[in-house]
Amino acid sequence: MLPTKKEVSPESSAEWLEIGSLEDIPRQGARVVRLAEGDVAVFRTAEDEIFALRDRCPHKGGPLSQGIVYGKKVACPLHNRSVHLDSGEAVAPDKGCAATYPLMIKEGRIFLGRRGQTSS
Amino acid sequence: MKKEKLILIGNGMAGVRALEELINIAPEMYDITVFGSEPYGNYNRILLSPVLAGEKSFNDILLNDDPWYEQHRITLHKGREVTEINRRAKTVVTRDGVSADYDRLLLATGSNPVILPVPGHKLPGVITFRDISDVDTMINAAQTMRHAVVIGGGLLGLEAAYGLKQRGLHVTVVHLMKTLLERQLDDVAGGMLLQSLEKRGIQFLLGAQTEEIIGKQRVQGVRFKDGREISADLVVMAIGIRPNIELAKKSGIHCERGIVVNDTLQTYDPKIYAVGECVQHRTQTYGLVAPLFEQAKVCANHLAQIGFRRYQGSMTSTKLKVTGVDVFSAGDFTGDATTESIVLRDGARGMYKKLVIKDNRIHGAVMIGDTGDGPWYFQMMRDRQDISDIRSRLLHGQAHLGDAGHGGATTIGMSDATEICGCNGVCKGEIVNAIIGKKLFTLEEVRSHTKASSSCGSCTGLVEQILAATLGGDYSAAPKEKPLCPCTDYTHDEVRQAIREQRLHTIDAVMRRMEWKNSDGCASCRPALNYYLISTWPAETKDDYQARFINERAHANIQKDGTYSVVPRIWGGVVTPKELHAIAAVAEQFEVPEVKITGGQRIDLLGVKKENLPAVWRELGKAGLVSGHAYAKALRTVKTCVGQEWCRFGVQNSTQMGITLEKMTWGSWTPHKFKMAVSGCPRNCAEATIKDFGVVAVESGWELHVGGNGGVKVRVTDLLCKVKTEQEVLEYCGAFMQLYREEARYLERTAPWIERVGLSYVKQQLIEDADKRRALYARFLDSQKYVQTDPWAQRAAAEVHTHEFIPLKQVV
Ligand code: SRM
Ligand SMILES: Cc1cc2nc3c(=O)[nH]c(=O)nc-3n(C[C@H](O)[C@H](O)[C@H](O)COP(=O)(O)OP(=O)(O)OC[C@H]3O[C@@H](n4cnc5c(N)ncnc54)[C@H](O)[C@@H]3O)c2cc1C
Ligand code: SF4
Ligand code: FES
Repeated sequence: MLPTKKEVSPESSAEWLEIGSLEDIPRQGARVVRLAEGDVAVFRTAEDEIFALRDRCPHKGGPLSQGIVYGKKVACPLHNRSVHLDSGEAVAPDKGCAATYPLMIKEGRIFLGRRGQTSS
Repeated sequence: MKKEKLILIGNGMAGVRALEELINIAPEMYDITVFGSEPYGNYNRILLSPVLAGEKSFNDILLNDDPWYEQHRITLHKGREVTEINRRAKTVVTRDGVSADYDRLLLATGSNPVILPVPGHKLPGVITFRDISDVDTMINAAQTMRHAVVIGGGLLGLEAAYGLKQRGLHVTVVHLMKTLLERQLDDVAGGMLLQSLEKRGIQFLLGAQTEEIIGKQRVQGVRFKDGREISADLVVMAIGIRPNIELAKKSGIHCERGIVVNDTLQTYDPKIYAVGECVQHRTQTYGLVAPLFEQAKVCANHLAQIGFRRYQGSMTSTKLKVTGVDVFSAGDFTGDATTESIVLRDGARGMYKKLVIKDNRIHGAVMIGDTGDGPWYFQMMRDRQDISDIRSRLLHGQAHLGDAGHGGATTIGMSDATEICGCNGVCKGEIVNAIIGKKLFTLEEVRSHTKASSSCGSCTGLVEQILAATLGGDYSAAPKEKPLCPCTDYTHDEVRQAIREQRLHTIDAVMRRMEWKNSDGCASCRPALNYYLISTWPAETKDDYQARFINERAHANIQKDGTYSVVPRIWGGVVTPKELHAIAAVAEQFEVPEVKITGGQRIDLLGVKKENLPAVWRELGKAGLVSGHAYAKALRTVKTCVGQEWCRFGVQNSTQMGITLEKMTWGSWTPHKFKMAVSGCPRNCAEATIKDFGVVAVESGWELHVGGNGGVKVRVTDLLCKVKTEQEVLEYCGAFMQLYREEARYLERTAPWIERVGLSYVKQQLIEDADKRRALYARFLDSQKYVQTDPWAQRAAAEVHTHEFIPLKQVV
């Protein structure tokens, strides 16, 4: 669901925030983007895909950006539940969901869509 | 691509379990069709006994209802028996003429009850105990009839007898042998069982050989070889089962006692697999579900074409499901000239325990009365654990192994509201409901659905008891040694060996060489592999921080609100005023919300924001304070007492000894955290005897203690030896740590490690073999050369991992 490779032009810079380049995020790791509405975690997988989620675990609000990234998942640092990076859903049988944020890459720069979405 | 077609013959426990496993790992791979001769969905056959006894209803034991088959788009033919397999055309045909074709076929036809071919065995009123219709017959009989005879004093027979008795019938069990359950119990236990069943009103005829079942229109009685006769309105034959191989045999699939399969559960026809009671694997057949479920798992892996898993046979244990009569047996319980046995017998309490020991390992166990420790003995048996060190306490059970606070608990009488898992706040009722509602069978499943026992693990035994009690059977047949994690089938030890012998230096290399199932592993294996690599190749391996838990990556402890805590090293618990000033100044400058004295004789600054960590460390560093590794699987604290310098009882300088030990060992990564303490006399104010390595001063030198633990499960140390000089203390300490570093599994503390390998082994390596000790010590010192750089100073100077502490972008 994420246009990581596709090049899309930001329609309006009010909605798309430039946050940095792929190299700024460690592979199998994450960085935090600090917004007024709360932190967003931007993940980079071993395959160099990127995903953005609200930095709050659906369990008890742990900062997902601090977890271990594996496959397309992250294990929360507080109680080790895992969350799918693409949907924000907790890995079954756990339940819950972290809001996802759209990302796009243009000319090597990463842009974060400012409205988070809770997918069902 | 068109989907391949998979047909399952036999809608029972093993076959459907294999489908469930298959759907889990390869949901879209096959078009699945199931033929079952019983007119129901898949149900839990084990629980027929409680249904018969009126303790459960049929609905309680249904495992997969029609919607389940629909949801997974499985075509189910209920009540249709397959009578023909045409292997050339790859089709099957049922008795009523339905046919279907397959690409792969799975046989799970179970077994048939054995029927004594005595005259009269076909009379109405003679039945077996295998399926729901048998149970229905028995329940109906109970309404009009008075006398039931059960032929066979094995598990099934006794459960049938108990059930019929509960239904109000007058029941006699007839058994050919002189003792009951002779395949599970020795004579003594069999005798005690007899007594307690007699107390429940069941009558027994032992050593009785049935000659004829008498009756004209229907059963009226049973006559024995010695001429005795008893009257009967219902006769239940429960003398054994025989693998149901008729169909396979008829279709030319190689069978002996059962359908012969290899380690991948494949028959001699490569398109055809078989699992369950109908199968013969390495000459064994099985009649309990735990091994069948293991087979199902392996088979599903191969059907999904991702398997290199092998089925290697199982050890089984049994339990009798008669309420109030606890019986457990496993392995070889009679013994022979090469074995010895330890026995505990308390007639008044109806209790009997016998362990058969060979070469210091448990070979078999029989218990009656109090069977709570059965799974524990069984686990040690499967692990082939050396028990010589705990032999004297073995029979008293796990509760008596220094397991303070958890000992002896049993879940049977607990109310549903009793909290079982203190970490996750899970009550007994929730666990029971999940087991029934979500059809859970294993500890792992209970863990992932309820979280019970998924954190500190101290309630594992209780959860296992609840599983056993709820399900009725004994499902505890995990593979002998567990794989490192779900990404691989290799165990910790195998992975470690490969790292060493094949000189693997990176996580990636290990995963590729050992064919990891997920390309970059998971949150369990990556930290473990990283540890194995850095401890095996301290000079060659580059530490992979992305494989480390956040605490070790950020060199601070994450807190529940996402802030961090900072615990500087306080050597041997001794501080200077200057250091205290520095800590106080930092706390004020960074508005640290709480400053706390820890249980490890240090000071904790709690609630530091992550981006402030480098600056906090820089300030602390100015006063010479370095990381205390309070966050790491590494050397933690070395607690000391004031000792000889001040204390009127002190006999050695324990404070200095602690500092020297800490200076030697700090920075060392260990499988789990490693704690030490040094006390100045046997009054032991530093609590050295619950530490991983504890030193207690005595007049003549130092006592060295190992394997203590003060955490979830308290364990007092074992005395390793006494030494005279400070140099010896250092040498033994380094050697012990190195042995632990090289041989324990990741996340295994010294206490469980020593219990697993045995104190004698550790002594052998460290005391009896001085060369080995010195070599271990040398390797320890060598590895220390690469790690004794203060990680805080590096980060404060922005030399490494700056990205860890600064947001990618800030718009606030
Ligand atoms: C800070 C401290 C409590 C305190 O306020 O005193 C503490 C705090 C934590 N302990 Fe502890 N333990 C502290 C002394 C102890 C002690 C006492 C001791 O060391 O003498 C024990 C029992 C002794 C032992 O370990 O054998 C102890 C047994 C545990 C355990 C159970 C270990 C076990 O083997 O059963 C855990 C859980 C674990 O490690 O998995 C744990 C885990 C934790 C963690 C790290 C939980 C976590 O993973 O986040 C806590 C971190 C809090 C933080 O952010 O600082 N803590 N913990 C103590 C730090 C000592 C220090 O200076 O480094
Ligand atoms: C009363 C009782 C109590 C038990 N208690 C325990 C216990 O406490 N612990 C324990 O571990 N085990 C226990 N068992 C044993 C356990 O139930 C069996 O080991 C297990 O059910 C075997 O599974 P299976 O799939 O191999 O065979 P089954 O569950 O018997 O399934 C085989 C199915 O295949 C069907 N079938 C056979 N041939 C054909 C055909 N040609 N066409 C279509 N369908 C066919 C049969 O009708 C049957 O439904 C107990 C068994 C009984 C009867
Ligand atoms: S500090 Fe230790 S005992 Fe206290 S809550 Fe945390 S882990 Fe539990
Ligand atoms: S807050 Fe994430 S697992 Fe508990």
